[in-house]
Amino acid sequence: MSTPLIEMDNIEKHFGPVIALGGVSFNVMEGECHCLLGDNGAGKSTFIKTMSGVHKPTKGVMRVSGQETMFDSPRDAMEAGIATVYQDLAMIPLMSVTRNFWMGREPRKSLGPFKWIDFKHANKVTMDEMSSMGINLREPEQAVGTLSGGERQTVAIARAVYFGAKVLILDEPTSALGVRQTSNVLATIDRVRKAGIGVIFITHNVRHAMAVGDRFTVLNRGQTHGTAKRGEIKPEELQDLMAGGQELAELEGSLGGTI
Amino acid sequence: MSDERLKQVSAIRRAMIRPELGAICGTILVFVFFFMIAGDSGMFSPEGIQNWGVVSAQFAIIAVGACLLMIAGEFDLSVGSMIGFAGVVIAILSVQWGLPVWLSIIAAFIVCTALGALNGFLVIKTGLPSFIVTLAFLYILRGLTIWLSILTTRQTIIGGVKEAAEGDPLAWLFGGVIFKGFFQWLGDIGVIDTFTRGSRMGQPVVEGLPMLVIWALALIIFGHWLLTKTRFGNWIFAAGGDAQAARYVGVPVNRVKILMFMFTAFCATVFATCQVMEFGSAAADRGLLKEFEAIICVVIGGALLTGGYGSVIGAALGALIFGVVQQGLFFAGAESSLFRVFLGGILIFAVIMNTYIRRMITGER
Repeated sequence: MSTPLIEMDNIEKHFGPVIALGGVSFNVMEGECHCLLGDNGAGKSTFIKTMSGVHKPTKGVMRVSGQETMFDSPRDAMEAGIATVYQDLAMIPLMSVTRNFWMGREPRKSLGPFKWIDFKHANKVTMDEMSSMGINLREPEQAVGTLSGGERQTVAIARAVYFGAKVLILDEPTSALGVRQTSNVLATIDRVRKAGIGVIFITHNVRHAMAVGDRFTVLNRGQTHGTAKRGEIKPEELQDLMAGGQELAELEGSLGGTI
Repeated sequence: MSDERLKQVSAIRRAMIRPELGAICGTILVFVFFFMIAGDSGMFSPEGIQNWGVVSAQFAIIAVGACLLMIAGEFDLSVGSMIGFAGVVIAILSVQWGLPVWLSIIAAFIVCTALGALNGFLVIKTGLPSFIVTLAFLYILRGLTIWLSILTTRQTIIGGVKEAAEGDPLAWLFGGVIFKGFFQWLGDIGVIDTFTRGSRMGQPVVEGLPMLVIWALALIIFGHWLLTKTRFGNWIFAAGGDAQAARYVGVPVNRVKILMFMFTAFCATVFATCQVMEFGSAAADRGLLKEFEAIICVVIGGALLTGGYGSVIGAALGALIFGVVQQGLFFAGAESSLFRVFLGGILIFAVIMNTYIRRMITGER
């Protein structure tokens, strides 16, 4: 077995007296989609923020490609090839797709002391990357605000991939989307995975997870309930693990079906 | 994945979705209007053009700073007080302390951009709205200006700068005129009227292009280039559009915002220096209400008060509209108090237009 791209070993995170994470272990391999499931308040956000360098773990060890690492800032994580796409903070709606795509890493041309953005190159790359993700832009100057939620997530994913992400953390990319947009984003995840990138897909929707996931880890009250491979676990079992078991089973009985 | 429900965007609609659009229409309307009601009043003679040209250039200088700052998501309400403060600093240092004028000007620029940085630093560190922080500086700087002025000269107007600035290498850059020869030639061939008597007989009534106008044009070109063509410009948009999203991709939002506060203070100091050189004096009440006038120019120019969207060219056109209307009403012989009524009206109209344009861009309903 090869080394995981990123490995979180028994991570704990305390905020004062609150134990947000009580020993979480998690890893992602090259070209796999590892789903992290959990209900609201389970500690998903804290966990991904720890992985992406926003929080420092109170205890536990992080390894990137087998090397023990500690990130001081999100920038460190990005440089190590770990890109995070946040649900609602991925894009700036008033700015053009190109400006968003290159934000923070604008390609430049220069003449003496003057440097300016090479918009010709930037626009071309943006159009190419977008069409390789299956989105045909009308023009690269159109504002991101004109794109649908799914397309915005895709732009953010394409951006991360283009800038050399090895691990892609997706924070609930499908939670605010409609059915069709969701399937587009799931197709994008599949495409990215096939390119050899490790995807960490955070969601609380079991069906979305089952659609693309290779492995599944459930987080509940700051702890993991183990990791299962695809085919080893049924959706109902995942659902039960997320909710912590009993009550949901009773609810399902009264509602007449899987939630 | 083309969406068949998306109508082909018409060329008109695409032209609509630019921040400057409202200001371009406004400029045309204003000029047509004043051609009709004041066309024969001398408003469009060389002297008249100089009159409203200089006023517009003054507005443009502070509007460029306010525009970039507003796009970066912040306000500066201390611009007016900064103008008064910078002027008094120059006058005290040069007239009262006897320093060379060029040194006084440089000192004023250093002190004022440092105060701009302090504004920005406080906004970033406290997380308070810039509205409040700079409102505090509106009072602090105005108070300091009056106090300093009275402390050193026992009055609120300090004269004698013109005499002190005689032959100064830097003062000319703010108070001088250029292309004198060209304007003399225009006078000689009869394009511009010449004085027919007195000590300046034979000289054109418009001596040359004031440096103030050159400053305005230079700042507009620089601001426009910076905003639309450079990496830093992209960061200005990003900082104002969504600071947190920008931070996540590594944009140094704090640095961008502090630099923009410094740039706004720089523009205010340019304004103040030109004014001091023109009048030959500084007064503690100079620049009153300028912060709001700058913001009005910027908003007429299509920038959103919430940041992340706007244009320097638009702000410059806003300044032109402002200057032309203010002076035009005077030429047309209208009651000057009506100017404020007009200003309020156009402001409301501009904000409504901008909100509509933003909805079109972001596709909000």
